[in-house]
Amino acid sequence: MKLEERVVEIIIEHLDVTKEECVPEASFIDDLGADSLDLVELIMEMEENFGLQISDEELEKIRTIQDVIDFLRSKGVT
Amino acid sequence: MMRGKDIPVKRRIVITGVGAVTPLGNSVEDTWKEICKGKSGIGKITKFDSTGYATKIAGELKNFDTRNFVSKKELRKFDDFIIYALAATEMALADSELDINEKNAERVGVIIGSAIGGLATLEKEKEAILRGGPRKMSPFAIPAVLANLGAGNVSIRFGAKGPINCTATACSSGTNAIGDAMRIISGNYADVMIAGGVDAAISPLCVAGFNAMRAISVRNDQPEKASRPFDRDRDGFVIGEGCGIVILEELTKALNRNAKIYAEVVGYGSTSDAYHMAIPPPGHEGAARCMSAALHDAHMSPGDIDYINAHGTSTPPNDLYETQAIKNVFGNHAAKLAVSSTKSMTGHLLGAAGGVEAIFSALSITEGIIPPTMNLDNPAPECDLDYVPHTARKKAIKTVMSNTFGFGGVNAVLILKKFDEH
Repeated sequence: MKLEERVVEIIIEHLDVTKEECVPEASFIDDLGADSLDLVELIMEMEENFGLQISDEELEKIRTIQDVIDFLRSKGVT
Repeated sequence: MMRGKDIPVKRRIVITGVGAVTPLGNSVEDTWKEICKGKSGIGKITKFDSTGYATKIAGELKNFDTRNFVSKKELRKFDDFIIYALAATEMALADSELDINEKNAERVGVIIGSAIGGLATLEKEKEAILRGGPRKMSPFAIPAVLANLGAGNVSIRFGAKGPINCTATACSSGTNAIGDAMRIISGNYADVMIAGGVDAAISPLCVAGFNAMRAISVRNDQPEKASRPFDRDRDGFVIGEGCGIVILEELTKALNRNAKIYAEVVGYGSTSDAYHMAIPPPGHEGAARCMSAALHDAHMSPGDIDYINAHGTSTPPNDLYETQAIKNVFGNHAAKLAVSSTKSMTGHLLGAAGGVEAIFSALSITEGIIPPTMNLDNPAPECDLDYVPHTARKKAIKTVMSNTFGFGGVNAVLILKKFDEH
């Protein structure tokens, strides 16, 4: 499965949103109904799934689905 | 305990809606049907593997579909006690046909008591730390554990912006919630209160903890016989889970919108034993004082009470001492009273007990049926009141006293009365 698809699958499961809503530029808070706690939990799930740690500073910069994908790629996840 | 002297007209408080989820049913209607038939809601524990636990039985909800009340996302964030509170409140508000809107929201409050809160979530989250370290803690752990988040989430979901609280008075929590809510309305701090109790405490820590106290029944081979209040062979209470919520409303407000009225809440007593954290004193004078306080509050004398929905936990000390306290308060009238324990069927819903038992008390008035005490095969020595054994009794009743007593030496008693406009 492609990285994008894996990320979207986790988002659908955790935020109870549809695949159609999960466009790359979708903002977690403004478009996908997440609050700051949802975002923390989502990132924990990403850490678990991709076997890495995301610092609070890095978390601060994550706003959209594309941000997550870019971040994961920068850590060498494919 | 006296009301403020600056309140010129006594504001009367009535129950205009009821909602519940219990081991006997996922609504008040279903639960009450089973109560009238004398059915037991007790069975084998399925919420966790009870291998190795002295007690393997409890009163769990059955076929309760969380999806009817919370989204998939909320399901992950909430402890069961929060979901039960939302479910019972949704049903109670629908039953009352009350519309909470911009105009009245600030006059609608919430008090939902809980003895245990989200202890089951706390246990699971501690396991996450032990497994993967502190970074594995869910950001939703704390809001799922805090006992006031039953009331908190109800307020958020239904838009009630008035006074909010959570009575954490162990097995009296639900009764204290309704009593304190009644005072908030009578003191004119709100017109409507969503009030009751909730608990979802069938967890490893709770069962092992109550076992360590030797407080719960170990009659694992006969779950339906395990809760046997006032019986010679009782060996402790049976943990149950659920929620009972009533909509309390100031009378003129209820009449103005032609609300259905179940009963009037006319008296509330609240006392402390100041004796021991888990054991009532012989004769339970704190409970007796509490019953007297509720009678005083209702301007009633003992002879005015028709039925007592007893605390009746099925523990050896409670049932004897509660009986003694009733005899001390009611004197000759004690022999004429009907006294029953619905815990013989539901098990002990801890903080939810006062909520669901207030509902049973209200329904006994509206339906003219006194619920039975099941499993009372051989009344214990000195337990010689009319406990309505084995079979529900048809009888018109006007006034009901609902007793609950809890760890910490707390006692709370409500008196409900058949509604009469005059």
